[in-house]
Amino acid sequence: MLLILSLPFVGSLIAALLPTRARNLESVWAAAVALAVVLPLAMLYPQIAAGEVVSERLSWLPSLGIDIVVRLDGFAWMFAMLVSGMGLLVVVYARYYLSPDDPAARFYSLLLGFMGAMLGVVVSGNLVQLVLFWELTSVFSFLLIGYWTHRKDARRGARMAFTVTATGGLALLAGVLLLGHIVGSYEVDVVLKAGDLVRAHPLYPLTLGLVLLGALTKSAQFPFHFWLPHAMAAPTPVSAYLHSATMVKAGVFLLARLWPVLSGTDEWFWIVGGVGLVTLLLGAYAAMFQNDLKGLLAYSTISHLGLITLLLGLNSPLAAVAAVFHMMNHATFKASLFMSVGIIDHESGTRDMRRLDGLFRYMPITGTLAIVACAAMAGVPLLNGFLSKEMFFAETVFVSASPLFEFVLPAAATVAGVFAVVYSLRFGHDVFFGPPPTDCPRQPHEPVHWMRVPVELLVLACVLVGTLPAWSIGPVLAVAAQPVVGGTLPAYSLAVWHGFTTPFVMSLVAMGGGALIYLLFAKRFKQRRGSGAPLLQHVDGKQLFHSALAFFTGLARWLLRRLSTKRLQPQVFAMLVTAGLAGVASALIVPLTWGDRTRVPATPEFVLIWIVACACAIGAAWQSKFHRLAALTMLSVVGLVLCITFAWFSAPDLALTQLAVEVVTTILFLLGLRWMPKPVTQSDPRTAVRVWWRRRRDVVLAVSIGVGLSALSYALLTRNAPLSISPFFIDKALSEGGGSNVVNVMLVDFRAFDTLGEITVLGIVGITVYALLRRFRPPLEVIEQPAQQHVVPLGAVSDLQPRQQAGDAAQRYLDVPAVLVRLLLPIAGVFAFHLFMRGHNQPGGGFVAGLVVAIAFTAQYMVSGTRWVEGRMRLVPPRWIAVGLLLALATGLGSMVLGFPFLTTHTAHVSWPLVGAVHLPSATLFDLGVFAVVVGSTLLLLTAISHQSLRARRRSAPTANEVKVP
Amino acid sequence: MEIVISVSIGVLASAGVWLVLRPRTFQVLIGLSLLSYAVNLFIFTVGSLAIAAEPIVKPGLAANLTNYSDPLPQSLVLTAIVIGFATTALFLVVLLALRGLSGGDHVDGQEEQP
Repeated sequence: MLLILSLPFVGSLIAALLPTRARNLESVWAAAVALAVVLPLAMLYPQIAAGEVVSERLSWLPSLGIDIVVRLDGFAWMFAMLVSGMGLLVVVYARYYLSPDDPAARFYSLLLGFMGAMLGVVVSGNLVQLVLFWELTSVFSFLLIGYWTHRKDARRGARMAFTVTATGGLALLAGVLLLGHIVGSYEVDVVLKAGDLVRAHPLYPLTLGLVLLGALTKSAQFPFHFWLPHAMAAPTPVSAYLHSATMVKAGVFLLARLWPVLSGTDEWFWIVGGVGLVTLLLGAYAAMFQNDLKGLLAYSTISHLGLITLLLGLNSPLAAVAAVFHMMNHATFKASLFMSVGIIDHESGTRDMRRLDGLFRYMPITGTLAIVACAAMAGVPLLNGFLSKEMFFAETVFVSASPLFEFVLPAAATVAGVFAVVYSLRFGHDVFFGPPPTDCPRQPHEPVHWMRVPVELLVLACVLVGTLPAWSIGPVLAVAAQPVVGGTLPAYSLAVWHGFTTPFVMSLVAMGGGALIYLLFAKRFKQRRGSGAPLLQHVDGKQLFHSALAFFTGLARWLLRRLSTKRLQPQVFAMLVTAGLAGVASALIVPLTWGDRTRVPATPEFVLIWIVACACAIGAAWQSKFHRLAALTMLSVVGLVLCITFAWFSAPDLALTQLAVEVVTTILFLLGLRWMPKPVTQSDPRTAVRVWWRRRRDVVLAVSIGVGLSALSYALLTRNAPLSISPFFIDKALSEGGGSNVVNVMLVDFRAFDTLGEITVLGIVGITVYALLRRFRPPLEVIEQPAQQHVVPLGAVSDLQPRQQAGDAAQRYLDVPAVLVRLLLPIAGVFAFHLFMRGHNQPGGGFVAGLVVAIAFTAQYMVSGTRWVEGRMRLVPPRWIAVGLLLALATGLGSMVLGFPFLTTHTAHVSWPLVGAVHLPSATLFDLGVFAVVVGSTLLLLTAISHQSLRARRRSAPTANEVKVP
Repeated sequence: MEIVISVSIGVLASAGVWLVLRPRTFQVLIGLSLLSYAVNLFIFTVGSLAIAAEPIVKPGLAANLTNYSDPLPQSLVLTAIVIGFATTALFLVVLLALRGLSGGDHVDGQEEQP
């Protein structure tokens, strides 16, 4: 079952990958998928007919009690057959409808996807899952309606359909969640049995309202009906599928599905019945005045869905059976009509009824089929539409509510019947009979036979059901209706002739009246210019929709303009104020008091270094605008004091890392300083007052945040710490982590996953920096050589090598340091190796080792120049990053291969000759990965910036030769 | 010691906050670095202020926080230092790119309009 459900989605993916224009291949594939769904479903019939509920489940969100459940009872089975069978017919039909220029891959892929979504809705055994597929149908229908993306009406129609139905879907989700809350389960089985509980619950009206909002928007019921006519911009096969058999039926499907749970109350009767009645009349009325054939069918669909909704709203089991019956009948005759319209459109080039005339002489077979289908739509005896309409009339007569309603309902039903006859006649008679058409874009003719086959099959079904109902459809209807009415079917009889009863009289009146009106007004209909129905032209849902859309867009823009700014300073200010207020608020709730932890006595040295650090921090804040180098120097003093503090309080690992990072950061800043613009010394006098105020304000904020943080940290430092998990780590470090340096063991073992994420961030930063700087174009004023490199005039006698050309940098003035630094490289390598190897047991580790190696390489760049280094060494930092990440990941996965959780460490003690016992945990490999990533990213960062000067010089070289004379 | 450290945290944070609110990118960069120093110091010291405690496991020494320095804030801060370095580097380069695109070093990409 789950397989059947996933089949269309898989098929959709494959269809998307087939060649775009291969119509034959695509349609054969889609038809095969549809067949593969239909056949197994059909084979389930004996089980379903025996009253069995076939279900299958897959664990989805067990913590929320939500599983993916496929649940197939009679009703779901009937709908699933409808969805997949109709899908098959549409697939065949669309092969001949689509023009060779249309991208067939997209069409079939979306169609199969829609089919899967719709199947998902009908076979869902879980309400949340149902909503999920429900929204999926909205998405696919959006894409299908907008299939002709170049057409504005298609895009607009798709957007409108999507907005309306998806909004309804959200309401439905809320309703379903409420339903689940009331019942205590989202399982359809459980919910269906809890009808009494739900109806008695105080939340019932709200739940009902939300669920109905979902169902009524989907089924295009008044007042949400306006999207359906605009959705007619879709290709006709899509309309035939979505707007006759599936998408719009989802709404009434849901009403019927939840009928045992939600119906039976006055609210249900008045809302569902009322909406259904209004929609029935309104749709039928508007349908009469359409000139576009698809528009006519769209409004008639609205009207028929209104009929089904009305039947469901009558709170009578018999009416519910009639509703189920009409769902099937409507699907068959409406799909065949849509397809006929498609044929007419395809072969004659227009769908405008004012231009079409007398088509019968050109396409007799299609004409016959369409006329029969029209007759079914009008409810002519011996066709399926007659039977369900008869049941509907009977229900309206026997409904017992207020006396007024007892009179109004049959009357309204008859009027709707009259309208239905009129618009069916307009289609069936107006288009096919009369004089030959005068201004058809094309000479109409019969279509290829296979395009007609789906219509033929559907019309055959109409006739069969209409003439031999008990034999052809009786058992299926019984199976399908049983779950809807909650188990026991009411007594009904499916016969063509019930005698001369009131419903039959109503049918006769409807047909007679309809024919009469048509005869009287046929000419007028044909001459009308506008497309709207009289009296309804000004009630335009589309207009309302668009103005609402414009209003909300405008509102959002206005709010954005009012509440937001693109400037950074106010944003940061607001953020800090909010954070500060949150801090103050929590201090008010939990009073900030000092604890009585044993104080650590202060030593003068420590106080002194922190006085220096604080002074430097303030100095950096003061100087960073105009004296960047000074600010940078003071910043590094703070960093070094921090480093000393780490060492002071027994954290050698931190001190090491801080020291190395400090060095790299400073180098980085120094490299960056070169590309900074000159400080702006003159500010705009017009903003002076504002700036003055802002500076005062910021000082106040900064000081108060500082005071608050001081108080907070003092409180934390003096209170006794609650129970910590740290002793656990200390305890397990050696026994289970296999290392005695707890911090390192935590990094590469206990919290290795965190470290994996961290080195990934490092790698990403490295590559991002590289990518950002690849496109960087330094501004002109910094392209020139720094003045310091021009101190030696050209040709001057000096112990430095004289410059060859103007524009060259002074060269080789760093020769002596360069030799020393080159000597340093292997020493740094050994030192890094030492740090790395001892890392697991002594302070050290992959991070520090990586930084040491990176610094050693960077030092080469600094003293010998980028060209010199890159001419002699091939360092490819991205490769280091890649190797490191893969190594770390492979170590983690390795433990999974051996059956342990991700990143479990194993320690081996190997004895090497000469070296002795070596301690080799698998975490060392992980640490090696960390090492490689750190080396790679740091180098990538630093060299990416240093390459800028190379590139800038290369670009400026030709001009510098001519212009620059010292 | 406690008072020294908490006052220092306050001073570093104040300087950092003030700089973060300034209009020049370099100031913001220095401010972020100062803020991260303050936060690292905060996280590190609230764990334990242990002078001459063991950072390395010694066999036979009972595993508690009077014998050992607290490894948990240390490993957190170690991660924070490295990530802080990475973000500082990224920010510096974004700053350079902004300079290349807008020609200036105002955080908004253009000088303040009156």
